[in-house]
Amino acid sequence: MKTLRISLTVNGEVVEREVPARLNLVDFLRHDLGFTGSHVGCEQGACGACTVLVDGETVRGCLLLAVQADGCKVETIEIMEFEDLRAAFHRLNALQCGFCTPGMLLSAQELLQAKPKPSRAEIREYLSGNFCRCTGYQAIVDAVEAVARARGG
Amino acid sequence: MKAPDFDYLRPETLAEAMDMLSRHGEDGAIIAGGQSLLPLLNFRLAGPERLIDIGRLAALKQIVDGDGFVEIGALVRHCDLASSEAVARAFPLLRQAVGHIAHPAVRHRGTIGGSLAMADPAAELGACCLALEAEMSLQSVRGQRWVRAVDFFAGIYETALAPDEILTAVRLPRRGPDSVQIFSEVARRRGDFAIAGLALVADNHMANPRLALLGVADRPILAEKTMALLANNMAAADQAIELIGNEIDPAEDPAYPPAYRRQLVRTLLRRTLMELLP
Repeated sequence: MKTLRISLTVNGEVVEREVPARLNLVDFLRHDLGFTGSHVGCEQGACGACTVLVDGETVRGCLLLAVQADGCKVETIEIMEFEDLRAAFHRLNALQCGFCTPGMLLSAQELLQAKPKPSRAEIREYLSGNFCRCTGYQAIVDAVEAVARARGG
Repeated sequence: MKAPDFDYLRPETLAEAMDMLSRHGEDGAIIAGGQSLLPLLNFRLAGPERLIDIGRLAALKQIVDGDGFVEIGALVRHCDLASSEAVARAFPLLRQAVGHIAHPAVRHRGTIGGSLAMADPAAELGACCLALEAEMSLQSVRGQRWVRAVDFFAGIYETALAPDEILTAVRLPRRGPDSVQIFSEVARRRGDFAIAGLALVADNHMANPRLALLGVADRPILAEKTMALLANNMAAADQAIELIGNEIDPAEDPAYPPAYRRQLVRTLLRRTLMELLP
């Protein structure tokens, strides 16, 4: 198996590893580094469960090779501090099994940073790449909307 | 599933990339954003010996706001296209179309060059390039050549690119100040590949209309008969709406019979022309 040496910052710490060329970023984060908050769903970029931040932007962890993240800054749900969003998801039943939740939170936070007062349609649009098979989405949109209001958006 | 084993090369310059491709073009694959290639690798529908990652070639990330044209580097991402003022001023069609490409996280990685080189017949940007009379820059160690969009697309996932060539940029001629540009499509869910889509580019009062369609053939196509009928003749709108459905020949598809796609295209043209009514 072809391997390469990579160096990147993950959740604030510099990490150096020898990785197979074919290893994708989310598997690297989960299996090599133990950051299991990012989930592996479809492995084809459809479901959004593997969402992580690379250089501050949401990406699909299954559609990026670990070697492509060489030199990048990677952040996962583990170090995210948006307690209000987390609490709103809890309070408004915006999750059941929780599989999609890390990706939902990262996408929702990105939306609220770019657009503090999104409409419900805009929330749906922005989260359209994150699948939830439990809630039917209504409660998720409620939670993001509630946080937008509470933050003064 | 997981991607098969492959070797990974990351050239630092375009010259180095072209050199690698001249040696490995037949059994190598270029990767840029990887948003189309990674799913193919994960499904093992593609199995290149090596990936040549051009993703860091800064020279291909520029948008040149030129005199009489805008040149978009192949590595310009969908999100960059959506946020570029130069693109928004000259080609509002592109901003409209980008909103239909997958989802924000994919638009942060996917590139215009990657989408065009993949040549999915249902991709938005191919039809836009056709409507906007784009030319593609193809470069290899043998030199550079420009290929018109209409000659670039050769079939499902097929383009004019030779195995040793890299798509490096797309050049779009500026339109007049009264240019009309409207994109629309129908997809089952937001961000899914379109079942059918339509890009209209015209000068004022429907002069020189160009109607490009996606999702209805093995490549993006121009509805040339309908274009001829509509030229300077908005009064022919009803006839044009009928004609565009007859003009295309969609393949049999268990999910979407040809008659359904014909009807979708008529509906898209009707909606588009309605937007132009005073």
